[in-house]
Amino acid sequence: MKINTTNFGEIEISKDKIIYFQEGIPGFEKEKEFVVILNEDTENPFHHLQSVNNPKLSFIIINPFEIFSDYDISLPDTTIDKLKITNQEQIVIYTIVLIPEKMEKMTTNLTGPIVINIEKKLGKQVILDDNRYSTKHFIFTQDSKVGGV
Amino acid sequence: MLILTRKKNESIILNGNIEIKIIELDDGKVRIGIDAPKSIEIMRKELYETIEEENKKAVSSKFNSNDIKKLLKK
Repeated sequence: MKINTTNFGEIEISKDKIIYFQEGIPGFEKEKEFVVILNEDTENPFHHLQSVNNPKLSFIIINPFEIFSDYDISLPDTTIDKLKITNQEQIVIYTIVLIPEKMEKMTTNLTGPIVINIEKKLGKQVILDDNRYSTKHFIFTQDSKVGGV
Repeated sequence: MLILTRKKNESIILNGNIEIKIIELDDGKVRIGIDAPKSIEIMRKELYETIEEENKKAVSSKFNSNDIKKLLKK
């Protein structure tokens, strides 16, 4: 099916790639359908989470484990329940990226990862109460090298 | 919004299966105990609002694939 997007224009997506977010995403609770648009460049870890119905609603996302090898989270029971997770292989995690004026100061939200059950096509932004992580974690250590936690 | 007054040790029941109990009242703070099924998510409002705010800010991030690639190579 074709969808309209502000970032990519009109694109073709396969219906079986649509992830259903039952509760939407905090701030956008009415938007329930999203697709992950992977970067065409396989070496570029930045992808997009695009709303199917709202062309302007798109988040830049990364797989946090590719950047922060120490990132470790415990999914709460409510999440396992709501996303109908029955085994680890179903789980895909992304975190939302915020890019300010100075690109090297970009941050990612490690407190609110986007958790997807790729098999059941269900997703949710999980809010962790873990004070090791923040909503604004620098992706690049501030001397410009790709950094750790 | 429903507004009720409770004294220490009194409770409120939501939906027949969630109990909110006033445990302690002290110095402008109230300690609340919540008994709810595992499927119910409970969190401090500020935490939810922070995530909401961060999401709204993130939507306007501009993405330039080439510039990002250069940064990654450093």
